[in-house]
Amino acid sequence: MDLNSKVPSGPIEKKWEKHRFDMKLVNPSNKRKYKIIVVGTGLAGGAAAASLGQLGYEVEAFCYQDSARRAHSIAAQGGINAAKNYQNDGDSVFRLFYDTVKGGDFRSREANVYRLAEVSNGIIDQCVALGVPFAREYSGYLANRSFGGAQVSRTFYARGQTGQQLLLGAYAALSREVALGSVKMFPRHEMLELVVIDGHAKGIVVRDMVTGTISSHVADTVILATGGYSNVFYLSTNAKGCNTTAIWRAHRKGALFANPCYTQIHPTCIPVAGEHQSKLTLMSESLRNDGRVWVPKKAGDQRKPWEIPEDDRDYYLERIYPSYGNLAPRDVSSRAAKRMCDEGRGVGPGGRGVYLDLFDAMDRLGRDVIAARYGNLFEMYERITGEDPWKWPMRIYPAVHYTMGGLWVDYNLMSNLDGLHVLGEANFSDHGANRLGASALMQGLADGYFVIPYTIADYLTKVKPGSRPSVDHPAFKEAEREVEARTKKLLSIGGTKTVDEFHKELGQVMWEYVGMGRNEAGLKTALQKIPQIRERFWKEVRVPGSGADLNQELEKAGRVADFLEMGELLAYDALMRDESCGAHFREEHQTPDGEALRNDEKYAYVAAWEYKGEGKSPELHKEPLEFENVHLAQRSYK
Amino acid sequence: MKLTLKIWRQESPEDKGRLVSYEMDGVAEDTSFLELLDILNQRLIKKGEHPVTFDHDCREGICGSCGFMISGIAHGPQKLTTTCQLFMRQFKDGDTIVAEPFRSRAFPVIKDLVVDRSALDKIVQAGGFISARTGSGPDGNAIPISKEKADRSMDAAACIGCGACVAACPNGSAMLFTAAKISHLGLLPQGQPERKQRALRMVAKMQELGFGACSNHGECEAVCPKGISIDFIARLNRDYMVASALETVEPVKKV
Ligand SMILES: Cc1cc2nc3c(=O)[nH]c(=O)nc-3n(C[C@H](O)[C@H](O)[C@H](O)COP(=O)(O)OP(=O)(O)OC[C@H]3O[C@@H](n4cnc5c(N)ncnc54)[C@H](O)[C@@H]3O)c2cc1C
Ligand code: FES
Repeated sequence: MDLNSKVPSGPIEKKWEKHRFDMKLVNPSNKRKYKIIVVGTGLAGGAAAASLGQLGYEVEAFCYQDSARRAHSIAAQGGINAAKNYQNDGDSVFRLFYDTVKGGDFRSREANVYRLAEVSNGIIDQCVALGVPFAREYSGYLANRSFGGAQVSRTFYARGQTGQQLLLGAYAALSREVALGSVKMFPRHEMLELVVIDGHAKGIVVRDMVTGTISSHVADTVILATGGYSNVFYLSTNAKGCNTTAIWRAHRKGALFANPCYTQIHPTCIPVAGEHQSKLTLMSESLRNDGRVWVPKKAGDQRKPWEIPEDDRDYYLERIYPSYGNLAPRDVSSRAAKRMCDEGRGVGPGGRGVYLDLFDAMDRLGRDVIAARYGNLFEMYERITGEDPWKWPMRIYPAVHYTMGGLWVDYNLMSNLDGLHVLGEANFSDHGANRLGASALMQGLADGYFVIPYTIADYLTKVKPGSRPSVDHPAFKEAEREVEARTKKLLSIGGTKTVDEFHKELGQVMWEYVGMGRNEAGLKTALQKIPQIRERFWKEVRVPGSGADLNQELEKAGRVADFLEMGELLAYDALMRDESCGAHFREEHQTPDGEALRNDEKYAYVAAWEYKGEGKSPELHKEPLEFENVHLAQRSYK
Repeated sequence: MKLTLKIWRQESPEDKGRLVSYEMDGVAEDTSFLELLDILNQRLIKKGEHPVTFDHDCREGICGSCGFMISGIAHGPQKLTTTCQLFMRQFKDGDTIVAEPFRSRAFPVIKDLVVDRSALDKIVQAGGFISARTGSGPDGNAIPISKEKADRSMDAAACIGCGACVAACPNGSAMLFTAAKISHLGLLPQGQPERKQRALRMVAKMQELGFGACSNHGECEAVCPKGISIDFIARLNRDYMVASALETVEPVKKV
């Protein structure tokens, strides 16, 4: 297979401009003759659907929630990056590009990342125009904060609700197009199949989650913007409904899945409280600015934190990483916390937690300052744990948070399947092996507002207006039959175990063997266990109810069935990538002080996997990565 | 803890529905309300019964998916808290808790605790936006906005669209929801050109969809998990009065 990234020629800072000129335009009067399907209305899909509707295309947009405004982008807290350099602190498009390539540990495609940095400024302008109430300084100008992996202050934010405000902006723009009739919105609809005709993506099959009706939707091109797959680990910071189904179904239809093993683990989450825990909650990383992370020196020390004297405490981040201390990068601090707990020195129920202690800062700065900085985080923590952070140091533990991998796309954000475009967290394109904070929101909106409106036009000029098939085409009928058969199968197994039980079991295997630290033996164990769980799932699961109404167990069952396949690919990719890079940490490959050790000679490529059928090994296609503008170097934050 | 749950079970919009009691034993205090329903559902599935259907997604109080009446109060007894962020330590051993769907003319029940809140989307579609075509915005710093205004706008923009305000209102009014959107946009310079039409269109749509009028009960503010202030309703009323004196409602037009 020819993996052509279609990166335009010329110097990096001219590529996008040149490409925009070289691409063909759709005649305005022809636009309404083209129909575009957008699956997902998060930042990526919402921005795309709104922008394409404005341009005059006929758009159909789908999401599984009851409203487009509830996509998981809503939960992002920290902020969004842009190279505005409003702080006059030395930022530039090139610096944002450089930081992102380096932060991704040299496993992303330079040209895409450069374009991302280039369009970042327009995003802020667009969001302000849409009424996003970004934080402001007393001057009335936009405020910025700093985030990990950067030495400049380039993050724009709206309190702790940046994702919410950006999404409400895109949702408002989308709502306007819905009012005008240019976008037709289908909430509570789940995409369950992609339809490919003669190698071209021409539509989808969806299930109306309220009535259970399965139907086909035809289009000239399909966009998937369905978010990340962190929930393959069962417990993650993602919303409960986040899934891999849309991209996994597309993968089974021929779309290559790139770098599935690149999954990011966030160091500061509230630890698991018990068996009943259904999801994990992120606590802003900003706490690490003033907090000191520690565990008892002695394993199994049961004393209350305040009974443990200084001498018996191990401020391990300060000890191991003296120059970065408590601000060591996400992946490094996550792994260190796990090591402490593995040594039996973890705190809290189950021993899976470390203290994040702000008492020194309270003494130094006063309680008022701490309350102003972190008051709402303290409240959130207390609400969830019942412990008062003014009395007890908080307990934190790493949790799965973001997936850098996704469907392979070229520079135009089109997958190897002609006509299938993939945006946002669902694609693999911009973050390499590790994403920097505040860059996912930027990428989602870049893809949706400023990239796809151009590249899709160029694609559509090659499609004859009015040439799309009808819903009666045999391929649609066949896909509907497949979905119906699958639904029926799930409902008819009638076993003894619940969907959640299987999901938890999968999650435990993923976390144990394919989580923060990975090694050959563990990955091989996972590769043995996952198919076994999958086999038992199809024999022993019980999905109550019928397919003819709102049936949340049926929805979950379909998603978990797909996770049970995709988890295996994730583990396989992790095994085949016999190096450490960014968030992918193979214990066999580390520097003497525990940093990820890349092997550029052998692994400076994108691993794009082709589905070969059930029970068959996937086939690897490599897209070599070349670094012409950022020099390959050992990532160091010491 | 031991608790008795009385949950509204309704198979379909046509079904009459009824409260069904479930005894819950050994409930840990750090279980969230939705996790309690998860536990119950696991049990029901194993017994061959139908699990309780309820909307939820983020489970961290921001997406606005979750929400039902908990012993008569939208989102339950804890202030400034969504149902997903309500933990069992707010209850006492032996308590009986009643869970019913949000009830309002504009929110028909779909199943069990799930209601159809699409009317809220329709209010936004009527005018809850600024018509700025992608790519048309000037530099983000071209128009300074005082910190005070921006902060106040953000106070209103924090609405998560859960519908608790509607459910709590004796008139089933969506005034707090609509007022939050109108204030969020109306406090910003970018929101000025469409300010009058926005008020006219959104209020007209609200009435058309069967939401009641506001008679200042204040129940909405009391249950709002984001603490949206009822003062915004006064702002909406002012905007609406000025607008109706000067203009009549016009349909949304292409830019
Ligand atoms: C707690 C948390 C905090 C974060 N904070 C930040 C931050 O501060 N800064 C930052 O840059 N990034 C942050 N991120 C990451 C960022 O929020 C996400 O990567 C980004 O919002 C993803 O946007 P998206 O549009 O790709 O997908 P999503 O917003 O997840 O949207 C997915 C859409 O697809 C739909 N969908 C999915 N599957 C189907 C299906 N089968 N059928 C139909 N529809 C479907 C959903 O309904 C939804 O509309 C955070 C993430 C988390 C979890
Ligand atoms: S589930 Fe999102 S607010 Fe409760």
